Amino acid sequence: MSDATTDDPRHLRAPPRRPIRLSWSDERVRGLVWQVLVVGVVVAIVWWLVRNTAHNLEVRRIATGFGFLGREAGLPIGEHVIDYSPTDTYARALLVGVLNTLKVSVIGIVLATIIGTAIGIARLSRNWLLARLASVYVEVIRDLPLLLQLLFWYTILQGLPGPRQALNPVDGVYLSNRGLKLPWIEWQGAHTAALLALLAGVAGAWLYARWARARQMADGRPRRVWPAAVLLVVGLPLAVWAAMGAPWTVDRPVLRGFNFTGGLTVSPEFFALLVGLVTYTAAFIAEIVRAGILAVNQGQWEAAQALGLRHGQVLRLIVLPQALRVIVPPMTSQYLNLTKNSSLAVAIGYQDIVSIANTTLNQTGQAIEGIAIIMAVYLTISLSISAFMNWYNARIALVER
Amino acid sequence: MAPADTTTRVQLETAVARVPGEASAPRSPPMTAAGPVAWLRANLFSSWLSTAVTLLLIYLIARFTIGFVEWAFVNAIWEVPNNQTQACRELKGIGACWAVVTEKHRFILFGTYPYEEHWRPALVILLFVALYVVSAMRRFWRKELVTVWAGALTLIGILMWGGNTAPGLLPQPWEQLLALALLLGAGFAYVRGWIGMLWPTAALVYALLAWVGPVLDMPYVPQERWGGLPITLILATFGLAFAFPLSILVALGRRSSLPAIKTLCVLYVELIRGVPLISLLFMASVMFPLFLPEGMNIDKLLRAQIAIILFAGAYLAEVVRGGLQALPKGQYEAADALGLTYWQKTGLIVLPQALRLVIPPLVNTFIGFFKDTSLVLIIGIFDLLTAGKTAIVEPAWQGFGVEVYVFVGVIYFMFCFAMSRYSQNLEAELNRHRRR
Repeated sequence: MSDATTDDPRHLRAPPRRPIRLSWSDERVRGLVWQVLVVGVVVAIVWWLVRNTAHNLEVRRIATGFGFLGREAGLPIGEHVIDYSPTDTYARALLVGVLNTLKVSVIGIVLATIIGTAIGIARLSRNWLLARLASVYVEVIRDLPLLLQLLFWYTILQGLPGPRQALNPVDGVYLSNRGLKLPWIEWQGAHTAALLALLAGVAGAWLYARWARARQMADGRPRRVWPAAVLLVVGLPLAVWAAMGAPWTVDRPVLRGFNFTGGLTVSPEFFALLVGLVTYTAAFIAEIVRAGILAVNQGQWEAAQALGLRHGQVLRLIVLPQALRVIVPPMTSQYLNLTKNSSLAVAIGYQDIVSIANTTLNQTGQAIEGIAIIMAVYLTISLSISAFMNWYNARIALVER
Repeated sequence: MAPADTTTRVQLETAVARVPGEASAPRSPPMTAAGPVAWLRANLFSSWLSTAVTLLLIYLIARFTIGFVEWAFVNAIWEVPNNQTQACRELKGIGACWAVVTEKHRFILFGTYPYEEHWRPALVILLFVALYVVSAMRRFWRKELVTVWAGALTLIGILMWGGNTAPGLLPQPWEQLLALALLLGAGFAYVRGWIGMLWPTAALVYALLAWVGPVLDMPYVPQERWGGLPITLILATFGLAFAFPLSILVALGRRSSLPAIKTLCVLYVELIRGVPLISLLFMASVMFPLFLPEGMNIDKLLRAQIAIILFAGAYLAEVVRGGLQALPKGQYEAADALGLTYWQKTGLIVLPQALRLVIPPLVNTFIGFFKDTSLVLIIGIFDLLTAGKTAIVEPAWQGFGVEVYVFVGVIYFMFCFAMSRYSQNLEAELNRHRRR
């Protein structure tokens, strides 16, 4: 078809160029005038704002620029992934904030995806009670503001008894108004090595699965992937860990005086934020997953069953790959929403980038720079997530002729 | 003649079957195939796994319900005499202290609005609800709805501010005379059929502005004292009323063939959607004063409102753009072929169809947007959630956050649930022609 159109001499010739007439009835002139007008108005407004701002800054004797980043911050941060003390610079404080935002977002995205998918599938369950319960959950959570839910969880966590009367649901796990305390192993070199081995194992399993798939495409015989995968993912780290002496010391939280020592601490702020974000986003993800599964034609199920595939195989090989195409784009925006919603942390005192930038802004008076930093950080995160998801989406997209 | 024969025979057979007395009574299906028992078997106990899930859920639900009923009703305290919360404190964790809601509900609903004047925000809430209900009914989807909105929002402004001392609300006698003249003139012209509905309504609004305040003697209440539910509704409704037209313009701009306009719209939408609402609110509260010339100051509420409008505009624009894209190209081409100008094509052909396509996602965006107004808490504006949070700051009532948040949550839920149900019904109704 395309050959025919390009070969057709009538299509080879460009349409004759009409000279622009300086008249309102020429659509190009109108377009030009409108654009000049709109751009002119926008530029004028921006120029007016910038001039006002410059004047106001001068009057208030605020120096602009990012020089304050090198100064000592003097603001205490409770939770930090990297080493930090109040004598460090603002730049480092802001970096800690960015890392805190990323921490809660990444953990939140993983948990929300798992829980949301489970609820979405539960809503489609043949068990009436389970389906109803899932839909009530979705409806209630979606109709309440996230900020209200965060404040609610935080209030509940603050209302818990103190460390001395901490709730102790499982041995070694304590829940009190100081947060959640979990036992944790004492980290040693062998654990790092085992973790690296795990990553290598996952990569190896993935490569093996690809190889097996390629072989199956060549000779048509399916190969078992899971024994090798288990060996690589579980066996390899265990072997590395055992070879390095299998160190295993559990660091259990112990009540000393008024608070716990040892163990892994999840602060009430982080816990409330995580619980709020995960429960809220899971409700939206559940709806997306449900819509995605429903979007797969009933005939696909029937055809797969007619081929003799088992229920799990139908889901894994036939339905989910097709549902993913419907699921991925809205899921991307939910991940972005979760990341942006993590900025509500400022209301319950978790020190994410917004909270730290806000403190910085109050301490230094550098309002414009502070807000510019917040916006730049979120724009970077948003654009990165959407770029990654666009790549993934392109990979799983339907390959058409 | 064979086919005709068959027909007759069939008819005859039918007739025979219908003879009363001879036909057997309709038999009901066996118990295992229909009725409640079969339903239970199919939906709750279809397999051992399903049975296990059902039993576990029944146990959990029963336990949770009993616990909740005991907390919320059986052990609850509904009232305490003058802020003596000792009884409540003893019941901490066992029973709810609804006394905090009984005591503070006026504060949560109306904020620091003067106590004797609470009927005004209450009336405003009712007006808002009436406005939503009217806008939701399809029989009112006409041009006049715009007039109704303008009138209702003006009335809301009058009620909230109050009249006689409000600056700018026509205090001068000559303004009131002008209002009278305008009203009479517009009414006359309308009766004679010279002008449409819009102008007399505008004159009426102007006249109301001039007279209602002084006549009803409502004292002026500055914006700083407004609070509670009316603020939430004002932020959401005014935000919507301004963001929606803005979003249509931006969506049209984004699909425009003029490169400069397209770039501007894309930049606006992508920048706003890439950052959280909080950063915009911070910008409104911290940076706006720097943007304006010296001496010119915009009220905090208005600044937050502007931030919300800009935010909602970008999100709504994407929804509207979806509708514009979903419209078949033939519609655009047909309008062009008729020789319609761009605005005629847009107003008469494109928008009526495109907007209809996106009503359900629009309502969903409205819900999200209604919930998002609660974020103004972070910059200290006194909306419903902030009022709830402030109500428990007082030492006597500290620690009863759960009860207050449940109360506030129920209010938010009622509005959002109504909207979401409405959206679902509308979607079913608008898609009826697609169903087989």
